[in-house]
Amino acid sequence: MTKAHVYPRDHINTDEIIPARYLNTDDQAELASHCLEDLDANFVRKVAPGDLIVAGEDFGCGSSREHAVWAIRGAKVAAVIADSFARIFYRNAINCGFLVVELAKAAEKISDGDELELDAAGGTLRNRTRGETHAFTPLPDFALKIIEAGGLLNTLGNQ
Amino acid sequence: MGMTITEKILAAHSGRDAVRPGELIDARLDVIMCHDVTTPPAISMLAAKGLDRVFDAEKIVVTPDHFQPAKDIASAELHKRLDRWCKKHRIKHYYPLGRSGVCHALLPEQGHIRPGELIIGGDSHTCTYGAFGAFSTGVGSTDLAAGIAIGRLWFKVPESMKFVLKGKLPHGVYSKDVILEIIRRIGTDGARYRAMEFVGDTLADMSMEARMTITNMAIEAGGKNGIMPVDDITRDYLDARLKNKSGYTEYESDADAEYIQVDEVDCLALAPMVAMPHLPSNGRPIDQVAGLAMDQAYIGSCTNGRIEDLRIAAKILHGRKVTIRTIIVPATPAIWKQAADEKLFDVFYDAGCVISAPTCGACLGGFMGILAEDEKCVSTTNRNFVGRMGHPASEVYLASPATAAASSVEGKLADPRKYL
Repeated sequence: MTKAHVYPRDHINTDEIIPARYLNTDDQAELASHCLEDLDANFVRKVAPGDLIVAGEDFGCGSSREHAVWAIRGAKVAAVIADSFARIFYRNAINCGFLVVELAKAAEKISDGDELELDAAGGTLRNRTRGETHAFTPLPDFALKIIEAGGLLNTLGNQ
Repeated sequence: MGMTITEKILAAHSGRDAVRPGELIDARLDVIMCHDVTTPPAISMLAAKGLDRVFDAEKIVVTPDHFQPAKDIASAELHKRLDRWCKKHRIKHYYPLGRSGVCHALLPEQGHIRPGELIIGGDSHTCTYGAFGAFSTGVGSTDLAAGIAIGRLWFKVPESMKFVLKGKLPHGVYSKDVILEIIRRIGTDGARYRAMEFVGDTLADMSMEARMTITNMAIEAGGKNGIMPVDDITRDYLDARLKNKSGYTEYESDADAEYIQVDEVDCLALAPMVAMPHLPSNGRPIDQVAGLAMDQAYIGSCTNGRIEDLRIAAKILHGRKVTIRTIIVPATPAIWKQAADEKLFDVFYDAGCVISAPTCGACLGGFMGILAEDEKCVSTTNRNFVGRMGHPASEVYLASPATAAASSVEGKLADPRKYL
């Protein structure tokens, strides 16, 4: 069961996703144990594998630390759905093979705890709790290819 | 159709005559900046993929700066991984402890930044180098790893916004106040995915140090890069420092280049600004916020830790005493030495400040000045997000070195103009 963890706020930044006091490691499990700590100290206790994070505009603004993506991925979150993403976070997510979905007014369409069903390539998000389906523009082909390959570095082999 | 400086650099580096905003390009990299937080993971990723190689050992510049000197065992391990990799691959421009400094102050100072070049760095404030007419942007560890291995990277050509800075800056108002005003106007995502081009007669009165404060904070408006045209001030700075003196290319935006937005900033009308918690866009003129009690002042960072910044702070602190904890962090060893030679450290010591080794330190909540619960810090740094410099319930107030120094004397947010 894929559940939504909704943070109806704009500019959720990399300092909230993974505070710099934990940047002395790049161990994904360690980072995951502090995921979203300064935004919601209970997040890591609530989240279950496959769950989705839902937020407002400019998710992931701030630092270039890919640790933010690793912390979220390490917490077994399947994707982040937000009105929009900050540029470096968005790029880092794609490069890591982690799914990010832009959906306008996401936090109005989804409530905390709603059950969701995501079809990334098809560009649909079904909210089973509300019985609604929302369409979004899927990632461009080149980005989906990077995600399918499991990340950017897996595409460099022949260069 | 004309092109902007940004478009011209991206076209030249992707083997094209022209590029348009929105196009995806594969571009050649000239310089890659590496530090101790984002590069060790990049190195490990490459090794794990069997790609443990560097495209050019002379084009990678390494300066461990965030947790330098090592703040704990874990960061010492990061430094060790970085050090071994630099030695193994014979990285030519490796700045270990004693020569290492805050990356965005160090690379220009040591002559690694040239106009017309394409630069990436594993740090969001890599946009700083655009002050030299270069395209420069921050990336994460995977992009960094790809760049290190093959010397190329994919980019989406950004739309450009133009900011025309007009008029002479009033007494006590600095480039930091200009960029805080711009971010206040457009918001922390006002330039998301875009290039921010800064032009105008105000720049003619700004040193390269002052200009870098502006391009440094392009990312705080969400910008992909900040960029400025080259002039005699740029050329003089470069003549004294460039490692590679062979010709570089100065690009200018065409008269018919397209901008998605053009904004004018009347610099003559600006006042000292303070960005209130918890966003860099929460700027207020000092007279609206003066008097708010602070617990600490922090003068340093890639935004405002250069010699000019320390001179401004010393001018205000000369013959005065600070009334709150005040931390001075010269951004590089050369700045540290210069400040010592100019007897600025005597001023800071007499005033009651502490002087740190060059480090990113407390700017990002690393160490050397972390805030306790409910504490407030006036800081010359670039971000004031929740928990940025310590406890999640602490607060950061962004300001110029002059405003931070004046505030350290009064123990509350203070207008620097009465001290200058």
